[in-house]
Amino acid sequence: MKIHEYQAKEVLRNFGVVTPKGVACFSVDEAVSAAQTLGGKVWVVKAQIHAGGRGMGGGVKIAKSIDDVKVLAGQILGMQLVTHQTGPQGQKVRRLLVEEGADIKAELYVGMVVDRGTQRVVLMASSEGGMDIEEVAAHAPEKIHKVFIDPGTGLKDAEADEVARKIGIPDTSVPQARSILKALYEAFDKTDASLAEINPLILTGSGGIVALDAKFNFDDNALFRHPEILALRDLDEEDPAEIEASKFGLSYISLDGNIGCLVNGAGLAMATMDVIKLYGAEPANFLDVGGGADAKKVTEAFKIMLKNPGLKAILVNIFGGIMKCDTIAEGVITASKAVQLKVPLVVRMKGTNEDLGKKMLAESGLPIISAENMAEAAQKIVAAVKGAR
Amino acid sequence: MSILINKNTRIVTQGITGNTGQYHTRAGRDYANGKNCYVAGVNPRKAGESFDGIPIFATVQEAKEKTGANVSVIYVPPAGAAGAIDEAVEAGLDLVICITEGIPVRDMILTRYKMQGKRTILVGPNCPGVITPDEVKIGIMPGHIHKKGRIGVVSRSGTLTYEAVGQLMELGLGQSSCVGTGGDPVNGLKHIDVLKMFNEDPDTDAVIMVGEIGGSDEETAARWVKSNMKKPVVGFIAGVTAPEGKRMGHAGAIISGGKGTAQEKLAIMEECGIKVTRNPAEMGKLLKSVLK
Repeated sequence: MKIHEYQAKEVLRNFGVVTPKGVACFSVDEAVSAAQTLGGKVWVVKAQIHAGGRGMGGGVKIAKSIDDVKVLAGQILGMQLVTHQTGPQGQKVRRLLVEEGADIKAELYVGMVVDRGTQRVVLMASSEGGMDIEEVAAHAPEKIHKVFIDPGTGLKDAEADEVARKIGIPDTSVPQARSILKALYEAFDKTDASLAEINPLILTGSGGIVALDAKFNFDDNALFRHPEILALRDLDEEDPAEIEASKFGLSYISLDGNIGCLVNGAGLAMATMDVIKLYGAEPANFLDVGGGADAKKVTEAFKIMLKNPGLKAILVNIFGGIMKCDTIAEGVITASKAVQLKVPLVVRMKGTNEDLGKKMLAESGLPIISAENMAEAAQKIVAAVKGAR
Repeated sequence: MSILINKNTRIVTQGITGNTGQYHTRAGRDYANGKNCYVAGVNPRKAGESFDGIPIFATVQEAKEKTGANVSVIYVPPAGAAGAIDEAVEAGLDLVICITEGIPVRDMILTRYKMQGKRTILVGPNCPGVITPDEVKIGIMPGHIHKKGRIGVVSRSGTLTYEAVGQLMELGLGQSSCVGTGGDPVNGLKHIDVLKMFNEDPDTDAVIMVGEIGGSDEETAARWVKSNMKKPVVGFIAGVTAPEGKRMGHAGAIISGGKGTAQEKLAIMEECGIKVTRNPAEMGKLLKSVLK
């Protein structure tokens, strides 16, 4: 699960990391009164969406007067912000963060993720903050310093100090950097985060260290023990189809193609998308119906796929193991009738009670195209889509 | 022979009193030599009772002492599953197969940390399990789609593994053992570990390695294969069409920072002498083509 920058900063402050003073705002009026309350002469008006690259997209602006704040807040709120992470359609800005200006002497990077190889949390730090860290990793990997954190001890003082010095923090500020790095690890660990980034972490003119931006993602599997994190979820930032699917225990992701796929199992679902592409078409979605796909689940899955106006056909690919093919056949027949399916439907079923399932589909009177294997299913669905054009 | 498990394996089910644990313990017991293999269950509140004639003990340690169980299979719900692994490791079992899906990553980091220097091998979590066809089945895979043979199968996924097995069976090729390593980012055995075992197994002639996007398990395994593997390996990677930054069902199946793409994995596997296919319908045919 992702959260907004202002929420991530709140999480960090709770663990003792210094951030600029700021206020989350939902309207221009709120932005103006936030700037007045914060005081000072310079403010930063920041679009709050879940995607990165907001500055480049025009979602982060400096205001030098209250009037500026009013104008900029008006421009940014409601805009369709396009960044390299939003896709070409962009993401609507519904929230702002108005912050006091900062005195930036140096911009640094610190981040944490779970490293699969070592099975530990890795702290990554670089003197090249403010930039896309993936660019740094690609072009100057020697400028990224890593510490694989021992889960038994947490981040050690000596490790934190060494990293702080390597990224150019002056000796007098090292103790403060140490406490921030340790606080970041504590925040990561205590909230079951899957990613935490402070980019940039700045060194101020007076030697202070401040988190100027912040990003946190959390492990969905651990949200059950973090109601305080779950409360930060912003459904406006998520795909409505994915939210709807999750209510029925379906794992669904929208894609750009026109062939809907309904598959059991994540690996087979990805392979099904791949085989569609291999035969010359594009999948409209990833959809894993999971273990117990009954008529209700299949019907809901069909409904969700059919909400996509670009959908031209549906491919059902099931390897029945524990789940029986006749159960799936029943689900497909019920669903097709319930939604009055108009687009071509190709069904490939294999495994337990395969023959019975196929017989049920054949006798249903529905125009279901049957396929013996994945390749044939892909060929038939691609032909159906091309024929429909 | 086979790898990891065989007809002499003695199994304790952790989570034997839940629906899933009961269903799959029964299915495992009804498969091949399962009747002799499934010897115990664990539930501290139901110790002294039994499930379908399988005695239930308070702890894994007690189950091991009383029945000789050397392998555990875990169907405990996510919040307690890492603790269940810890208990099996503490009891000194040979192997723990954790089927549970949805364990917090942080729990698995701590569990793996505590496993350092211990003798127990972990398969999973979030995996279909391990089967040595016509001997013993531990996990949620359908037994009837398999038969005994000389092909090894290793995969991160469940149904995609069954797909590979289905394709082998259509060509008349049975399996020595099939191992699902699981879809989570922090887990036990990885592709490389399973390939090493197949390499040493006199009853395995060739291996299908099925991978997916995310992480670098397949690349690591491929590099090892290049200089060490004595047997042919063929491969497929799911997720060529997956976009970056989107989690494809499995907690580990995500391309991030441009790393872990299917194209990159396939390229490295090819460089290392592994024959790959980009068509998931041709995994079986490809394997058959490399048999002597």
